[in-house]
Amino acid sequence: MKEINVSVITENIKEMCIEANHFLTDDMKDVFNGAVDSEKSPLGKQVLNQLKENLSIAGTDMIPICQDTGMAVVFINVGQDVHLVGGDITEAINEGVRRGYVEGYLRKSVVKDPLIRDNTKDNTPAVIHYSIVPGDKVDITVAPKGFGSENMSRVFMLKPADGIEGVKEAILTAVKDAGPNACPPMVVGVGIGGTFEKCAYMAKKALTRDLNEESPVEYVRELEKEMLEKINKLGIGPGGLGGTNTALAINIETYPTHIAGLPVAVNICCHVNRHSHRVIG
Amino acid sequence: MDRYIKAPISDEDAKSLRAGDYVYITGTIYTARDAAHKRMAEALAAGENLPIDMKNNIIYYMGPSPAREGRPIGSAGPTTASRMDKYAPDLLDLGLKGMIGKGKRSKAVIDGIVRNNAVYFAAVGGAGAILSQRIKSSEVIAYDDLGTEAIRKLEVEDFPVIVVIDSEGNNLYETAIKEYCAE
Repeated sequence: MKEINVSVITENIKEMCIEANHFLTDDMKDVFNGAVDSEKSPLGKQVLNQLKENLSIAGTDMIPICQDTGMAVVFINVGQDVHLVGGDITEAINEGVRRGYVEGYLRKSVVKDPLIRDNTKDNTPAVIHYSIVPGDKVDITVAPKGFGSENMSRVFMLKPADGIEGVKEAILTAVKDAGPNACPPMVVGVGIGGTFEKCAYMAKKALTRDLNEESPVEYVRELEKEMLEKINKLGIGPGGLGGTNTALAINIETYPTHIAGLPVAVNICCHVNRHSHRVIG
Repeated sequence: MDRYIKAPISDEDAKSLRAGDYVYITGTIYTARDAAHKRMAEALAAGENLPIDMKNNIIYYMGPSPAREGRPIGSAGPTTASRMDKYAPDLLDLGLKGMIGKGKRSKAVIDGIVRNNAVYFAAVGGAGAILSQRIKSSEVIAYDDLGTEAIRKLEVEDFPVIVVIDSEGNNLYETAIKEYCAE
């Protein structure tokens, strides 16, 4: 049994909140640079170049890439041979978020109650997804999620008879409706199968998958390729101002489902698809 | 075309801007987003004065991240404008000439823009760091308790925006998408 003190997790979460809000991962930078080169619209190209410069200023001058530094979504996979000591793990994660957002000059965007709406002033609580996995390590992904794009995300409870055509239509509908509101070029996370909440979870998780990492399922790989082409033919373009880059990438995850159902979730993310990943232990 | 304008914005400038123009704004603008708009609507309903005079002014839908020491403001990009659609027509009728945000507007807002010869600009969403550097000073002038959602008076210099909806109701989001749609 390996012991890991939760204070180590707090410190890492703090650093990851700050890191994710100022630097994008290399796979994101690569697809972004590809879009700058390929964009056909002159105004679209101007927008993309502005965003490229924005990214560089963010990292150099330590100004968050976007003022919406998000609600902190944390995926934490705890090895079953790990014994967490030194305190309550949930409180330790929230303390990391608190320190990251306060000490890192990040915006506090969380309200305590969805209807009473008093700001918690430290961006807590995080939305935490725990998994227990084999091994003796703790694997953490921190994904600050902005709500311009979160608000445009959708769940569709399709019928089995709707099939793959129904899935394609659902994805295109969500992207079209999102349009300029979701700060395109977007990254699209899709979950197909499972239950109502499982498909939404997969769609969120899909946004954190390395864009160079391929799905092990053949039809999913083909669907991702086809849908990226279809989305980029919609014309929405960078900033929604017209162009050939509406999405930078689409990641799809699947899971077994019920004989009566075909749930599909589309989690839209803007071009600032932030996530920081670390393994502890 | 590229245009350089002053804020507050003159009636002539507002009327002459066309959807698709790339505009650099220099002067004074004000921030307000969801909570500040709700509070302004409540003030109007109660017959009270607003904390800012709308006449010829520009409202930027923005809630910044905190400023580091020695800087006027943190990251400062636009938020989604449609959440302010409920409130915008009344403010336009009170003289508001410009709005800066991102995303679609309702028909009622577009009608209000045309009726008052106003203009809706988009700033590039997710460009908060670069936009931050075009803001030279920032001062909270109302609703301080709202934190990032307080009303701020900003001095901006060559602040880059794009005209999306002009005083004739032309809408760049609709026309530009058609041009590149290959469905």
